[in-house]
Amino acid sequence: MTLPMPSSRGNRNQSGVRQGTMPMTITKFGLALAGLAFSATAAFAQQAAFKPAIVYDLGGKFDKSFNEGVYTGAEKFKKDTGTEYRDFEPQNDAQREQALRRFARDGFSPIVAVGFSQETALKKVAEEFPNTKFAIIDAVVEKPNVQSVVFKEHEGSFLVGLLAAKASKSGKVGFVGGMDIPLIRKFACGYVQGVKYANKDAEVFQNMTGTTGAAWNDPVKGGELAKGQISRGADVVYHAAGGTGIGVMRATVDAGKLGIGVDSNQNGLHPGKMLTSMVKRVDVATYNAFDQAKKNTFKAGVSVLGLAEDGVAWALDDNNKSLITADMKAAADKAAADIKSGAIKVHDYMSDSKCPM
Amino acid sequence: MDLGILATILDSALRLSIPLLAACLAGLWSERSGVVDIGLEGKMLVAAAAAAAAAYAFGSAWVGLLFGILASIAFALIHGFASISQRGNQIVSGVAINMLAAGLTAIVGNAWYGQGGRTPPLEGDQRFGDFVFGHSVLVYVTLLAVPVTWFVLGRTRFGLRLRAVGENPAAVDTAGISVAGLRYSAVVIGGILCGIGGTYLSVAQAAGFLPNMTAGRGFIALAALIFAKWRAWPALGACFLFGLLDAIANQLQGFSLPGIGEIPVQAIQALPYLMTVILLAGVIGKAIPPRAAGVPYVKER
Repeated sequence: MTLPMPSSRGNRNQSGVRQGTMPMTITKFGLALAGLAFSATAAFAQQAAFKPAIVYDLGGKFDKSFNEGVYTGAEKFKKDTGTEYRDFEPQNDAQREQALRRFARDGFSPIVAVGFSQETALKKVAEEFPNTKFAIIDAVVEKPNVQSVVFKEHEGSFLVGLLAAKASKSGKVGFVGGMDIPLIRKFACGYVQGVKYANKDAEVFQNMTGTTGAAWNDPVKGGELAKGQISRGADVVYHAAGGTGIGVMRATVDAGKLGIGVDSNQNGLHPGKMLTSMVKRVDVATYNAFDQAKKNTFKAGVSVLGLAEDGVAWALDDNNKSLITADMKAAADKAAADIKSGAIKVHDYMSDSKCPM
Repeated sequence: MDLGILATILDSALRLSIPLLAACLAGLWSERSGVVDIGLEGKMLVAAAAAAAAAYAFGSAWVGLLFGILASIAFALIHGFASISQRGNQIVSGVAINMLAAGLTAIVGNAWYGQGGRTPPLEGDQRFGDFVFGHSVLVYVTLLAVPVTWFVLGRTRFGLRLRAVGENPAAVDTAGISVAGLRYSAVVIGGILCGIGGTYLSVAQAAGFLPNMTAGRGFIALAALIFAKWRAWPALGACFLFGLLDAIANQLQGFSLPGIGEIPVQAIQALPYLMTVILLAGVIGKAIPPRAAGVPYVKER
């Protein structure tokens, strides 16, 4: 590159430097413009390219719950197809938008945004990159290039609530939520309905861990909340609290009571001591988003996955089969069939921000 | 509210106040010698991480405690080196300790276990189980540190000299006693106490380490220290009060008070912080820190 630079220290006078600097600045600016234009064309060129990526929620990839479900789905896809993917675990709220934009700019597509808290970030980034395919789990973003996947958590929670009430000897059960948001209230409300359906007189204790993102990562507080509920007589505790739930389950099984896991199948966390788990098939949602993008069948829009779509379920495996009696299984299966057919209507907290129970 | 719930709340309050108390006493030792310690949070965090990792690797909670204390002392010595030997700004050094601990524990944890900075869950002997009355042995060790602190600082030659260093280091220096030596020993004792507090969090209260699991407890401990006016027995009272508020906040969720109805979760969760502000602003009167706290000692020629 030939720039009119002062050739030696000797002839560097005031005006010489100035003359030398101006063209250089302009060249740099021009280069930057060219770079921008290049990356823009690159984004267009790569719109057909298949490079999947994931941005997790604050709980982190290995929360043994919600995020880990996504991880499981992505790993399965990697195993099935041999396609590598990139992922990012944000450490604070501000990083979500940066991460999404970063992946989009680097030509990744589809990009899966995990968790309701990425909604606003994704809205912005999806507009900036209309040719990139996005999927968001647990929230709805109405853009032509975004697939939104939400679940009927209230239906799954209803079933585990029913099982909790049947397993409880004291007639008292507990619920520990993570951050106090409508989504978690939806879990709680479905759970309460299930408990009351099985046992009208049952009592349900509800606790939320906090009102900030830190509430997903405070096992000490989660444990204290569970201990509090147990001391009030609860003998089954259901959590919807991400990483905090690890502490909830620990305190519950340490006290000899039954825990109920959430999102992923957590029965294996404490084999034989977990009554069941409310499984939310985020793994399937992730797998499908990747798979559809690969096969060019990716569709934007909202899909709502409930019991009928196998989007939510209660987990029964070797770890908990000794805890589930034939009577309990029959009751849960019947309730599931009734929910699918519409004979039982489970109220969705998020529809009116009220829980009728 | 019946007796059972009262007992539960007191039990929970004790568990929640122990990490606060350990950190508060650590701050007390350090600040009484004239070294302001903002880094309590960071030292507890690094101790929690080291303790959980060691307990997992060696299968023993006691080894975990040892490593937790060692890690905390190492960080305390960094703080000591910066603020005693190099006469740096003690606040800046303390903040640096906090940031270093938050980043380092998460990164090293992720590199070792690949679980987002979390250690694997601890089982059986890897944790401190119940010792007496359903509390782990660390609870009693920390409680015991209160009378020991009171006695050593108030009744022994070492303690009196240490306090003198925090008030008037020049006078102590004139008497031919090493100011730096006394301050270093105070900082190391603070490190040991933070180590116990951090270990209690990850190896006794929870089962494993999570990034940022101290969740601001080191800062609440600082508030408790001011509230207690840098004295040992009041520190116990202040920490227990904060623990109690936290426990009540946990238990009161979803409780209906007669006449008022159910109290909103947010209001209850704000309670400990509101009380902190009210207590600090109005009730305790004037809190005067050790006179030489925060001032690096420079020997005059």
